[in-house]
Amino acid sequence: MPQTVTKFATCAGCACVCDDLELHANDARIFEAKNACEMGRCWFLERPISKVEATINGKPASLSDAIDRAAMILYEADSPLVFGLGETTAEAQREAVALAERLDATLDTETSLTHGTMELAAQLGGKVTGTLGEIRNRADLIIYWGANPARTHPRHLERYSVHSTGKFRTRADRTMVVVDVRESETAKEADIFLRIRPETDFEALTALRCLVRGQRIVCERLNETGLSLDQLRDLAERLKRARYGVIFVGQGLLQTRGLHMNASAATSLGIALNATGRFLVMPLRTPGNIGGADAMLDYATGYPFGVNFSRGYPRYNPGEFTAADLLARQEVDAALIVGVNAVKRLPDSARTQLDRIPTIVIDREIRNATVSIATAPAGISASGTVYRNDKIPLGFRPPLTSTRPTDEDVLRRIREAVERKPETYPTASARMTILE
Amino acid sequence: MSLPRLILMPIRTSKQGQQVNIGKDHDDYLTMTTTLTVHPDDLKERNIPNGARVIVRTDHGEAEFVCTEGKVPRGMAFVPYGPPTCKLMGGDTDGTGMPTSKGWEFDMEVVLNAE
Repeated sequence: MPQTVTKFATCAGCACVCDDLELHANDARIFEAKNACEMGRCWFLERPISKVEATINGKPASLSDAIDRAAMILYEADSPLVFGLGETTAEAQREAVALAERLDATLDTETSLTHGTMELAAQLGGKVTGTLGEIRNRADLIIYWGANPARTHPRHLERYSVHSTGKFRTRADRTMVVVDVRESETAKEADIFLRIRPETDFEALTALRCLVRGQRIVCERLNETGLSLDQLRDLAERLKRARYGVIFVGQGLLQTRGLHMNASAATSLGIALNATGRFLVMPLRTPGNIGGADAMLDYATGYPFGVNFSRGYPRYNPGEFTAADLLARQEVDAALIVGVNAVKRLPDSARTQLDRIPTIVIDREIRNATVSIATAPAGISASGTVYRNDKIPLGFRPPLTSTRPTDEDVLRRIREAVERKPETYPTASARMTILE
Repeated sequence: MSLPRLILMPIRTSKQGQQVNIGKDHDDYLTMTTTLTVHPDDLKERNIPNGARVIVRTDHGEAEFVCTEGKVPRGMAFVPYGPPTCKLMGGDTDGTGMPTSKGWEFDMEVVLNAE
């Protein structure tokens, strides 16, 4: 069997989206992924691919029948939900927006269940953005808050951060600080490790901001954080001295009590520090193309997640139009899920509703759903665009080809099938007529 | 005197990240996501042997785990995110869209064999 070598292949096994991989493949499979970390190797080599093209009610079906059935379910639904999109390409995400708009549906992505609180914080007080390239070349102070990239983003430290050799900085020029509730694998590599008590991140970040700005803090309350005033003063001085600093925040900050207010405390501190140097606050996103989903929804609707089209124009309200809330309140009567891993992040109260309603799943494998369609996996046998952790778009270089359609193809065909059906009341145009 | 409740911290791990690609319904993934790591003294105080099967109860739900001793801070337990931790998660998102996924207080009880 002839072998091919694909250089500079892009991996979406985690949000690092490393694009320096060399893939060795034959016609059927990839058998070697040079430069890949353990997560990348698994992403390229071990992902199972379904032999069945599509199923309806668990029985094998043709792709066109599955698309027609999916279109009918969505057409008949009063309040459909389009959800997931974290494991697909930006092109498919764009198609999902178009479909959701055509259906007057709600569109929510894995962002709401991962780092959505960071988006909310940015809306509360703004954010300073930058790239991982800037950090690699310039950062002299790197803080990980509630994050453990040594385990979750295996090549992050080496490619973009502390251990990388940039144009102006090397490891010797950088100070690495880890703030976490436990001494994680990342903490073991840090110059300074601060063990914080659970659920006191907001207090510690606010105290730090006060110290940076020379404001008074109540020391007795500080004890609750498990950190001493001396430790925070020392960190505040380092923050002020840094010429280019970054706080990478993980789910240890974004998913604990306080949620978006924790994220807001971090972004506010970052903004305050731009008075003395350049400072970024960046979430360490979960695997896949979740950053792409944010970017695509921002670009197409103006909002990053939790978007509702039922009035014919995009409306945004986390808590109202987000999947976990909509499903728990039983306000969804059909769901289209692109990438099933998103569902497994939902609390049981939301997942129970998914068992009650018709579901359409588009994924690389056949899943337990009313309609399940297996597509060509992005990066393996489907090309497209993926966004890195810092929202830099990169192209996939798939080494294999597939007869399967891509997510984008399937979403477009469902939309076209819906568009062939007669308009139902109420439609956006009908509402506009009434308003006129 | 009753012991204080422990705090549950679901986490992400490298192995879990790899296993997600293979499948969340796979046995290895389920084993990984049902293994709860607790400080040895916390187990001893509660008379729970290392390796015991326990029912963990939060204010929102319950799920079964296997307890193992580990180098973790006292008063806390760590487990990779997965279907069992989703059972312990409340549906309320405080208007953010994201349920609080860490820092739940919980009780645990050893599962007794039917015989």
